[in-house]
Amino acid sequence: MADAAPRNPWKTATVVGIRPETPRAKTLRLKFEQPVEHMAGQYFIVRLTAPDGYTAQRSYSCASPPDGSNELELTIELLDGGEVSTYLHNVVEAGDELDVRGPIGLWFVWNGDHPACMIGGGSGVVPLMAMLRYARTTGKSDLVRLLVSVRSPADLYYADELPGPETTVIYTRQNPPGVNRASGRLRMTDVPEVADDATVYVCGSPDFCDSVTDLLIGNGVLAERIRVERFGPTGD
Amino acid sequence: MAGFTRGFLGRNKGPRDPRLPPGQYDTGKSWPVLTAEARPKLSTDNWTMKVNGLVERASSWTWEEAHALPPSTYQGAIHCVTTWSKFDMTWNGVSVDTLLEAAGPLPSASYVMATSHTGYTTNLPLDDVTGGKAWVAWEVDGAPLSTSHGGPARLLVPHLYFWKSAKWIASLTLMDHDEPGFWERNGYHDHGDPWREERYQGD
Repeated sequence: MADAAPRNPWKTATVVGIRPETPRAKTLRLKFEQPVEHMAGQYFIVRLTAPDGYTAQRSYSCASPPDGSNELELTIELLDGGEVSTYLHNVVEAGDELDVRGPIGLWFVWNGDHPACMIGGGSGVVPLMAMLRYARTTGKSDLVRLLVSVRSPADLYYADELPGPETTVIYTRQNPPGVNRASGRLRMTDVPEVADDATVYVCGSPDFCDSVTDLLIGNGVLAERIRVERFGPTGD
Repeated sequence: MAGFTRGFLGRNKGPRDPRLPPGQYDTGKSWPVLTAEARPKLSTDNWTMKVNGLVERASSWTWEEAHALPPSTYQGAIHCVTTWSKFDMTWNGVSVDTLLEAAGPLPSASYVMATSHTGYTTNLPLDDVTGGKAWVAWEVDGAPLSTSHGGPARLLVPHLYFWKSAKWIASLTLMDHDEPGFWERNGYHDHGDPWREERYQGD
């Protein structure tokens, strides 16, 4: 054990692209020296180091699908007072180097071999987007259903990619023109049918996850089929 | 490694709180909720806490029986692997020592698997849950522990990263060998000491 290299070492990644998703979310495209193998749904850790050695690190879900390349994308939500997210939003430029570790987590992942029902609230769509993109790039779109809940059209990440036969977007506060569903919180009628062999992936704020999982379980979905990832700065 | 990060100075430039393990920050009043499964609906009416495995007397306590045991308090910090720490908390419950004393660990027992009512598991060396280092806790800062935070009762092992403090605790199973629990199978460290930054497998 003592001589073994760390199985998950810090690596240097170069920022090669920055793309706004919404006014409060940016996607950083990172390039590594070697290909980074990951699974759809996993996350990475970004560590910032000040000249005096002070460090701050946070976890961010990967939004890009496994593709064997040495680039991947993390989408960063700007949190009020967030030390790392504020830096990544306001200071980072293309060409900067960051310390990155990962991928992390073998639970909230989809490997493409069975149906997936994915339900995301706000920034919770990020790891689900990796799963959707993976399904689309491997010809497995028929295995996945994605339901995204956002407050308004301006809060929707990946808006140009989300329309599709396997996706639904609902708006809790403000609908875009042409949407018939009355805006409001997610209801059972919004949830796609969950196949018996599907895994249900729920990601969002703690309140969102609790209300969705309560809804699912109340409608007969077995708790052991549900995998949850909770995002956001605080709970109760 | 990129050395230092261009343009990053760090937000909190006061003296670092010596109670903060490396890589951690003080979350202040907030208390993030992180779980990998649906929040269960548990009633204290049929709640039980069990100690089994390599013990002389497999034991079980109802909610009332657990509350009749000598109470024990932990005052201090908790540390989550996602890098937040929370200070000056007061937890009430029962010491794991009290439960083990009743069950009588066999000499061969050296590890514990903690199992939740949801099926969540986490593994710990027996030495990390004995000697006043671990509790089954049902009250925090003067209020019943909420379901989101693991209520009605959770394991509390505050000297290790908080995924070891299994929410919705149901049992402790004593074993003569180590076995990975839920997060430990999914990439996290078997021990989880925040002062050694034992966050992920391989650390």
